[in-house]
Amino acid sequence: MAGADGNGRHGERGGDVAIEVRKLTMAYGDYVVMRDVDFEVRRGDVFVIMGDSGSGKSSLMRHMLGLHEPAAGDVLYGGRSFTQAEPEERERMLRKMGVLYQQGALWSSMTLAENVALPLGEYTELSPREIREVAHLKLALVGLRGFEDFYPSQISGGMRKRAGLARAMALDPEILFFDEPSAGLDPISSKLLDDLILALRDSLGATVVVVTHELASIFAIGDDAVFLDADRKTMTARGNPRRLAQHTTEEKVRRFLTRGGELPAPPVHGESR
Amino acid sequence: MRGTATGKRPVEGQEPPTAEVVRQADAAMTIRLAGAWKLAHELPSAQPVEDALRGTAAPAAVRFDTSKLAAWDTGLLAFLDRVLDACAERGVAVDTAGLPRGVVRLVELARAVPSRTDEDKHKAQEPALARVGERALDRFGRAGEVIRFVGELTVALGRLATGRASFRLRDLGEFLTDCGPRALPIVTLISFLVGVILAFVGAVQLEQFGAQIYVADLVGLGMVRQMGALMAAIIMAGRTGAAFAAQLGSMKVNEEIDALRTMGIPPLEFLVLPRFLALVIMMPLLCVYADVFGILGGLTIGVAMLGMSFQQYWNETIAAIDVVDCVPGIVMSVFFGALVALFGCLRGMQSAGSSSAVGDAATSAVVSGIVAIIVADAVFTVIFDVLGI
Repeated sequence: MAGADGNGRHGERGGDVAIEVRKLTMAYGDYVVMRDVDFEVRRGDVFVIMGDSGSGKSSLMRHMLGLHEPAAGDVLYGGRSFTQAEPEERERMLRKMGVLYQQGALWSSMTLAENVALPLGEYTELSPREIREVAHLKLALVGLRGFEDFYPSQISGGMRKRAGLARAMALDPEILFFDEPSAGLDPISSKLLDDLILALRDSLGATVVVVTHELASIFAIGDDAVFLDADRKTMTARGNPRRLAQHTTEEKVRRFLTRGGELPAPPVHGESR
Repeated sequence: MRGTATGKRPVEGQEPPTAEVVRQADAAMTIRLAGAWKLAHELPSAQPVEDALRGTAAPAAVRFDTSKLAAWDTGLLAFLDRVLDACAERGVAVDTAGLPRGVVRLVELARAVPSRTDEDKHKAQEPALARVGERALDRFGRAGEVIRFVGELTVALGRLATGRASFRLRDLGEFLTDCGPRALPIVTLISFLVGVILAFVGAVQLEQFGAQIYVADLVGLGMVRQMGALMAAIIMAGRTGAAFAAQLGSMKVNEEIDALRTMGIPPLEFLVLPRFLALVIMMPLLCVYADVFGILGGLTIGVAMLGMSFQQYWNETIAAIDVVDCVPGIVMSVFFGALVALFGCLRGMQSAGSSSAVGDAATSAVVSGIVAIIVADAVFTVIFDVLGI
């Protein structure tokens, strides 16, 4: 066993650090949402940001993406500060990241293929024909073959999410962010999306950061996690979610992970692999 | 001591709700609830009970008797909530055994979490002076946002000039069509009618001197120097400025703008630039188009009602308008286009993330757009006067 609180895979992947969040304080004006959030994400992990509603999970993701500026603290990618980087440097760092927003956030004036093609057109030297082919391939990967020329308004919410994922993967990012991937999805679609996330991580070797409060997802895909407590306005737990469910000393975290004590803590599957 | 409170408006077939306070020998107090405690009825006030609890001879405990209670809903819960508040305040013990089980559970749920001792409540009570100050600071902040937006837009235009801006020509084409050809019907109608109105107003005055022929001068110069540019701009503020704000606002709600940002594509270049360019390019053309239709409106009145021939009116118009006279209108319309696009896009980008905020953004885009147009018009008119154009 390599990682102190992870499962077996970390040893194989070397466990080097992809993302560091250092003493991050998030605030809107004078209102502090969270303070002293401090963790690192190992390369190749599926890292879950969990917490109760309104605790600032999505805010934390937005801070990590530079959509909000932290009130204090720093976010580092590959050891380099993102918060203090120049705009051009930031843009370069962002190019290695893909984001799936809660509602997909597809550009509504473009077809699905155009949505996926836009980043390709911006950042690659591919010919228009090659771009179209890659876009079609990415859509096929998320099960949307044949929907290339549909507009976002013409497809269902679940399909929009998958199309959003195809766009997030367009540039083969090293880090993928997911904001509430299972929100608004039925249990089967949600499971399929989880499987897709794992498949992508395993095949592309990407690091995945997921914001969610869906217990089934957390246990199914999370290698590592951080828990944000809305009342205490800081992170109160860190580690593999299954282990946290069994061993955490934080009452609120234990209640969260066992649905208020209703569910038994799941077995830690890392050991069996 | 006995007191009964009864609702005044009984509903047929059901006993009216009543609350009776009965003092007992052991210093306890029983509240006897009877009738149908439903919101549809007028419910008895909790005041007598509260008074009894707060009075000098406060009871040591409170019990409930609901043997005659026919039905209940939220109405009863609201009553009990007040009673329990009063009990808690005086430290009076409450025995809920007499209440229906459902009522007890709901009351427990409602009272499980202590009410927030929130800071928001104090905010509402801030003195008027502080509120005025806050508003003023807010306004100043917003002015700063306009300046920053203009700056960012200038940088984006610079990148466009050096060919590094990222936006799709197809988008520009789409917006050019929207700001140009698709706006023609309404611009035709409005400018024609403005020409008609100018001709009428002018004719009434000029007729007194037998100088109706100068209606052609009035309409021609009025349209070309001022009204063409102004009317086209106001139409576009209402039509296109609002549309820009609504489009960008809903893109913001849908996180589409964030998606661009995290894709490393500056939204200002990708979304704002094509809209801005389209309006700046199309506005002078619309202005000239409006001039022509305004003059046609005046001509229609001149020929149909003021007894002029087509030839007369046309010659007079041609003679009155010098090429130089066209300059102010066209110059202004370029700026008006920029202002409409600026406020439309700015308000859209500033919009908060909710659907009502999108509506506010559209409204605000039209209001600030039109105000900016009129102010700019006044400034330009003075400048052109000084320059002698």
